[in-house]
Amino acid sequence: MATEPDIDVRAPSLLARARDSDLWFSFTRSPVVVVAASVTALYFLAALLAPLISPHNPFDPGSLVYSDAFTPPAWVEGGQATYLLGTDDQGRDILSTLIYGARISLLVGFAAVMLSAVIGITLGILAGYLGGIVETITMRAADVQLTVPGILVALMIDGVVRIKLKEWSAGGGFIGDMHETISLFVLIFAIGLSDWPQYARVVRGATMVEKGKEYVQAAKVIGVHPLFIMIRHILPNVLGPVLVLATIGLALAIIAEATLSFLGVGMPPTTPSLGTLIRIGNNFLFSGEWWITFFPCIALILLVLSVNLLGDWLRDALNPKLR
Amino acid sequence: MLSYVIRRLIQAAIVMLVVAFVSFSMFTFAGDPVNNMVGQEASQEDRELLRERLGLNDPFIVQFGRFVVNAVQGQFGLSYQLQRPVEDLIAERMPATLELVAVSAVLALAVGIPFGVMCGINRDGWFSRTLLTVSLVGVSLPTFVIGIFMIYLFSVTWGLLPSFGRGPTVDLGWWSTGFLTSGGWLALIMPSITLSLFQTTLILRLVRAEMLEVMRTDYIKFGRARGLSNKAINFGHALRNTLVPVITIAGLNIGSLIAFSIITETVFNWPGMGLLFIKAVEFADVPIMAAYLVMVAFVFVVINLVVDLLYFAVDPRLKIDTGAAVGRLS
Repeated sequence: MATEPDIDVRAPSLLARARDSDLWFSFTRSPVVVVAASVTALYFLAALLAPLISPHNPFDPGSLVYSDAFTPPAWVEGGQATYLLGTDDQGRDILSTLIYGARISLLVGFAAVMLSAVIGITLGILAGYLGGIVETITMRAADVQLTVPGILVALMIDGVVRIKLKEWSAGGGFIGDMHETISLFVLIFAIGLSDWPQYARVVRGATMVEKGKEYVQAAKVIGVHPLFIMIRHILPNVLGPVLVLATIGLALAIIAEATLSFLGVGMPPTTPSLGTLIRIGNNFLFSGEWWITFFPCIALILLVLSVNLLGDWLRDALNPKLR
Repeated sequence: MLSYVIRRLIQAAIVMLVVAFVSFSMFTFAGDPVNNMVGQEASQEDRELLRERLGLNDPFIVQFGRFVVNAVQGQFGLSYQLQRPVEDLIAERMPATLELVAVSAVLALAVGIPFGVMCGINRDGWFSRTLLTVSLVGVSLPTFVIGIFMIYLFSVTWGLLPSFGRGPTVDLGWWSTGFLTSGGWLALIMPSITLSLFQTTLILRLVRAEMLEVMRTDYIKFGRARGLSNKAINFGHALRNTLVPVITIAGLNIGSLIAFSIITETVFNWPGMGLLFIKAVEFADVPIMAAYLVMVAFVFVVINLVVDLLYFAVDPRLKIDTGAAVGRLS
């Protein structure tokens, strides 16, 4: 009876491939990145499980104790153990509002990045593959938009949508409660639309490189539909740089969201993001209640810094020149 | 040369037209301006009369043309909220913003270049490494957080610096300046540092990268072989060759400084154009938003144009291949 050879002839599982990859190797070799990844993962977990892990429900008016307003953090004189990081002007537990705030910040950041990536990739591939008038129009539009900083574009879009909303609400079109949901979409829309040119440029460049390669030529020769070539063959090959852009873009989108909310044109105080919390706390800076704004600031910095570090590392790790 | 200049001018004009079109479309989003101008009791005929007088019954393209003609003359109509000509409001606020931006730009160059050179010459020193790490943290810090921390330290805790406004100003005709009073300078310190921090890190990293590049070139090695002093090599030869891209980026970023002053002005309640604009966004005051967009875009386009033309004048290589020049700079 012939014995089976000792070699495992099956294709390695996805997990094993990931474990043996360069990416994983360089990841485990840089402690800073591991910490950054852990912090980011922690934020995601906290955001996902917000209702389960937050010690209080800050948005249930019934559970708020008004006499507990302005309680300092637990380790400061006058603090209470149940409010670890203190409370704000309405008696909401800061730690809980932070967890819920991070949830909204991450949600807006993610959705905005998705939106700009989808728009940018679609236009970028079309422009790179088809060329001609499509390319001219797309790239000129990207150029014009890049003349002004993204935050200004986001502010403009935000402002215009607000005008529309004002009109609707004047006509009785929507009632108070929807305001929060709408603010969320306005922010995603504004930030997402302000960032697509980056993706479009990168994807167009990568598409033009891929277009000249033999596998695309071959696909063309055997008569594959151009749309199928773009989606099935070119798209997977241009996603690498997009991933890097998206990671750094997530940090930028979180900052943009926080900035808009801080400027007062983002999330309303009833469903605050980290930026709104900073805005609220800023009013109490002078009366000595520093913790109301301090902790949201720290939470924001920590989140953005971790995502930025991850993005930096990913850019270097995926860059073949640096291998 | 002339054909290049003309082509760039046409490009700039097209960009401005597109921006004008975008800002004009904001008006159509805003709905009927007549409702904003007349009271509830105005009759249908009065409204119609006003519409006719304002030219709102004209075709879209005619209205757009009128908007462009007015904008070129610096007229943007009445603010919905304040009921005053937008150009007057902006002219009032402009000195505050421009002084803030100017001080920030100078600050960013004055801090960014020397430290960048230092990091570039001594790339593995502990000081360079610390500075680079700090600059990465600096990039991750949102502008307004820096402002809040500074206010907390210097105004709330130590009571050293004013936390809002421009301090006392002196009117020089139509320009009100804070440069002539000590209070004005004190009020400028925190906002300008806040605004310049991001640009400083940017310039620092740029100068460092350029210095590292230049230090590898043959003429620097030759200079060393000739026995020139370190000072002469670093500042006389290396730095001078890094300055062209640095000045370009710094110039292009003046526009970003104006745009980002929106945030700084909100934090410090600085009575500039940014504060005017953010209030306009809050209250859906379209004429101010449109005017601001057109104005900022104009600043950007002019700076872009000037930088391109300067490049063209400075770098003789571009004269051979103008196509490449456009590709590289657009």
